[in-house]
Amino acid sequence: MTDPDPDLLLQATGLSKRFGGFTAVDGIDFAVKRGESFGFLGPNGAGKSSTMKMVGCVSPVSGGELRVFGQDPATHGPQIRARLGVVPQKDTLDEELSVEENLWIYGRYFGLSQREVRARTTELLDFAQLTDRAKSPVEPLSGGMKRRLTIARSLISRPEILLLDEPTTGLDPQARHVLWDRLFRLKRSGVTLVLTTHYMDEAEQLCDRLVVMDHGKIVAHGSPRSLITQYSTREVLELRFDTDDHAEHGEAIAGIGERIEVLPDRLLVYTKDGDAAAAEVHLRGVRPLSALVRRSTLEDVFLHLTGRTLVD
Amino acid sequence: MSASVSTTAASPRPAPWRPVFGSWFTAYKRTWRGSIFGRFLSPLMFLLSLGLGLGSLVDKSAGGVDGVPYLQFVVPGILAAQSMWVAMGESTYPVMGAIRWNAKYHAMLATPVGIDDVLLGHLIYVAMQIAGATAIFIAVAALFGSFSSWWVLLCLPITVLTGMAFAVPVFAFSAKQETDSGFNILFRFIMTPLFLFSGIFFPVSQLPAPMRPVAWAMPLWHGVEANRSLALGSPDLLGVAGHTTYLLVVIAVGGWLARRAFIRRLVA
Repeated sequence: MTDPDPDLLLQATGLSKRFGGFTAVDGIDFAVKRGESFGFLGPNGAGKSSTMKMVGCVSPVSGGELRVFGQDPATHGPQIRARLGVVPQKDTLDEELSVEENLWIYGRYFGLSQREVRARTTELLDFAQLTDRAKSPVEPLSGGMKRRLTIARSLISRPEILLLDEPTTGLDPQARHVLWDRLFRLKRSGVTLVLTTHYMDEAEQLCDRLVVMDHGKIVAHGSPRSLITQYSTREVLELRFDTDDHAEHGEAIAGIGERIEVLPDRLLVYTKDGDAAAAEVHLRGVRPLSALVRRSTLEDVFLHLTGRTLVD
Repeated sequence: MSASVSTTAASPRPAPWRPVFGSWFTAYKRTWRGSIFGRFLSPLMFLLSLGLGLGSLVDKSAGGVDGVPYLQFVVPGILAAQSMWVAMGESTYPVMGAIRWNAKYHAMLATPVGIDDVLLGHLIYVAMQIAGATAIFIAVAALFGSFSSWWVLLCLPITVLTGMAFAVPVFAFSAKQETDSGFNILFRFIMTPLFLFSGIFFPVSQLPAPMRPVAWAMPLWHGVEANRSLALGSPDLLGVAGHTTYLLVVIAVGGWLARRAFIRRLVA
């Protein structure tokens, strides 16, 4: 490939990461195009963060090939990082400094002029809804505000790709929605988003395309909708019983729906028509404590692929 | 068409350690008042207790040290020792914090800043701290008549090198620590003995013969000797050059170790 596609921003082939004898990322392939919103979905320890660190050119590749903007992180680390915005899993803000000082300092790391950094700070504080906190120290800010500040900071150099490692983990539902709204705006303005998450609702909200990771490998890829269509049914009937072992009720409802999944705290019946399945359960004389019909989610996809839930 | 649409990449970065230095300096600007106060207080206490208090006893009973008034003997040594303490303070907890607690280094490394910039920018900031403390010490001590020559101005660069001969290797040490318990060992079993036995309060020739080579091997003694030689007014320039070379070698070896420790710790 002598003349790579300029819109192919990320390309990994057989990408691996090993720490001593432990393999965190085990030969994965993926590609991300400009303007896309791409996600890595998986439980803790699946290899998502290790992948992000390799893409962010802070962790050397152990095997396979990785190209970011068509360049090799091993030889063009600083040049690549100059075009990336990074939102790490754990905020790395300078807590004793003020909100605006955090942005000024970070902008200088990219070699931006004082004047440019100040102008950009004003814009970004507005975007992050933190203008009235500009002079406040970071330490007392809420978790959601710190997260928005971290995102604002990552945007100071007008990155072409924004890497977000579990952007909303640990935030309350309202703060998550504010953050998602900001990320939507970025996506609409043409920034390529690459994110990791173990929340299926987040992946469904934000990702055009995603890969499901487990034990360092990619177990499925596609759009959220296509994954659900491929690996799950349209609806799911959730049954809870007053029992210690839900498996003992599995027998009684066998044959209802397309597939039954037994979890420690509930039974899942995969079916095209949840209400019809619930009626059939009732008809057999089975009396659960509760029966809930919902649409299938990526959680169901993950459960189907790995036999485990995403968040334990 | 707005001008802000233009891309920002391109321009080769001049001195990329500078924003790293700037980051530490910005944090310092929040706390400088307290630190400046301490910088004045510390020489004052030493001058009053050792220079004037103990010094008058020594001068009366022994006629100073080798004919030199005790104040003038002891102050150049304490100047060197202070740089060691400042260096320790700046290169232990702040380095561990930037790696483990607030991840300041990690934030820098996510940008075009590289590991050498992170190390160099922070070290230059430490050198600035040592230089500031040293300048204040020299100025305060001069008011008390601790020096007899303008040669003392050369003590400033020598003292900065002395401090850096501690700071740079300790950067390597701090980067390797899992917890801060190693720092206590460093303070109690290395810094305190060095402070007491590096020829600051009495000449190393007074030590038992087997202990002398230990003192000579440590950077502090070289700083003390070079400072004293300069401050007393008729410096043995060849000796000063020798001490300076020794300090530079320690800094160079320390720099190599610190770089290796930083890479192992921060690039995984």
